[in-house]
Amino acid sequence: MKLGDGVETYGAEAQPRLGFFTDTSVCIGCKACEVACKEWNLVPEDGLAWTGNSYDNTGELSANTWRHVAFIEQQAPDPLKQGNQDFRWLMESDVCKHCTHAGCLDVCPTGAIFRTEFGTVVIQDDVCNGCGYCVTACPFGVITKRELGGDGGMHKCTLCYDRLQDGMEPACAKACPTDSIQFGPLDELIEHARERCGDLVEAGVPEARLYLADENDGIGGAGAFFLLLDEPEVYGLPPQPVVPTKDLATIWGAAAVAAGALAVGVAAAFLGSSR
Amino acid sequence: MSATSPTDALSYYGRPIIKEPVWQSEIPLYFFTGGLAGASDLLALGAQLSGNARLRTSALAAATAGVGISPYFLIKDLGRPLRFLNMLRVFKVTSPMSVGTWIFSAESTATGIAAACRLFDVLPRIRATAQVLAGLIGPAQATYTGALIAQSVVPAWHEARRELPVVFASSAAASAGGAAAILTPAEHAGPARRLGIIGGVAELAASKLMERRLGKLVGSVYHEGPAGRYSRVATSSTLAGTALMALAGRRRTGAVGAGLLLLTGSLCERFAVYHAGKQSAANPHHTSIPQKERGGRAVTQPSSRTGNGSSPSAPTR
Repeated sequence: MKLGDGVETYGAEAQPRLGFFTDTSVCIGCKACEVACKEWNLVPEDGLAWTGNSYDNTGELSANTWRHVAFIEQQAPDPLKQGNQDFRWLMESDVCKHCTHAGCLDVCPTGAIFRTEFGTVVIQDDVCNGCGYCVTACPFGVITKRELGGDGGMHKCTLCYDRLQDGMEPACAKACPTDSIQFGPLDELIEHARERCGDLVEAGVPEARLYLADENDGIGGAGAFFLLLDEPEVYGLPPQPVVPTKDLATIWGAAAVAAGALAVGVAAAFLGSSR
Repeated sequence: MSATSPTDALSYYGRPIIKEPVWQSEIPLYFFTGGLAGASDLLALGAQLSGNARLRTSALAAATAGVGISPYFLIKDLGRPLRFLNMLRVFKVTSPMSVGTWIFSAESTATGIAAACRLFDVLPRIRATAQVLAGLIGPAQATYTGALIAQSVVPAWHEARRELPVVFASSAAASAGGAAAILTPAEHAGPARRLGIIGGVAELAASKLMERRLGKLVGSVYHEGPAGRYSRVATSSTLAGTALMALAGRRRTGAVGAGLLLLTGSLCERFAVYHAGKQSAANPHHTSIPQKERGGRAVTQPSSRTGNGSSPSAPTR
């Protein structure tokens, strides 16, 4: 797996790239990850409403939900279970992907978002001025503004940067009772995930697939990748995410052409007569 | 949405995949005032070079008003307005907002100096230099905002990345021409009228081109909801303003009416684009369907039986 953009600036202080492998095939939807994350990171409560969407009552990742468990109920046989039944649960604990090419980091105009020595992507809360550009640059809809208490800043998963610096695993991975959330050096996680996915396919779960584990995808691979049992969009994930900065040259080129056209247009307005 | 999500559903309970931009109406307002300022500074430079002092004064006044009100919009929209100066900590070419912050800082400073020197009739050489600088930065000021929103994952903005800067540049030209035509006596306002007409025609063409580029699915946002309404007002105002400027721009009432129509058209075009972005971000299909059609390597099946696994088929049952 590629190193995250910018990690080379750490020189000798750079650490092995750390990340999450979320194996949704063993998720039991207990939400211990959501709770552990909130407690450790002091993430505020974000509404105690019933959505009516299965057991999902947090709805989505946001400034106040850094781990989100998706619940999908399908009228379909569950290949993971024996016997005749026509129903299966899909459960998936979603999180910031800590992209190799991170759109949020690229566009942040204050430098508040940075690449850590572990290759993760973190927002420095004391620098962020709440401009909101990162919100529009994230292919996964991870970041939002925290309105509670007049905060006004942008927030997301830090992959427990403080815990990593003390050699501890992130709170969600620590709390996960089934090891659906696995934490470690990214290279090892990917190797293990490929084996696991192969085992599942062989055991009769042909729909098992890895998501964001290929460094040649549109974001250069992710620091947090997944084993899914259905198409990504079923879980609310983009099927083929691309970092918007990939088209940076086209965009600046189009702006330069437009600026030139404006100059030509104004010059044309002065042709003939200046009155 | 029903409580169950069938396998062929293209979304998770109909929820958006990406987040809607958090920007409020201050941002399209700034697109308008910033564009007006940038194009007006360029018009003022043209007037300066061609010896049309009356037009130069009008265009400089419009530019000064534009850069004067813009910081209010920009700062008010921040989640933490007191930290607006944090924008000046860094310069990042990957962030059009960072680049734009420096463009706007230079543009507003140069415009302010030129206007102050003109108002108090002092420091003629500094004034002339500032006027030239403001005019040269003007085109960047009028177009970077198009690049700013194109540099996002919002389908209606990113997929229109080639057209958006042109839409914004022509919209800025139409507004600058309209404003200067209102502020300038007809005998000195020829270039302003022509800029309004050129800008208006270009704005109409560029916005239609942008819609076509977006295709049926994403382009539909310009026919629905707030984006559709603003888009219709923008098109009709700009069309009427352009025609009126061409036919009756030499008469005072004609110039004022045409100028106001062009300004309205430009303002509404910015709001149309803004709402188009919000609406397309809110629709999960605008994100997922074009991505699936494009393909890629985000989904992989390592098993040798499934080939390269770039696009696994949905489970059959």
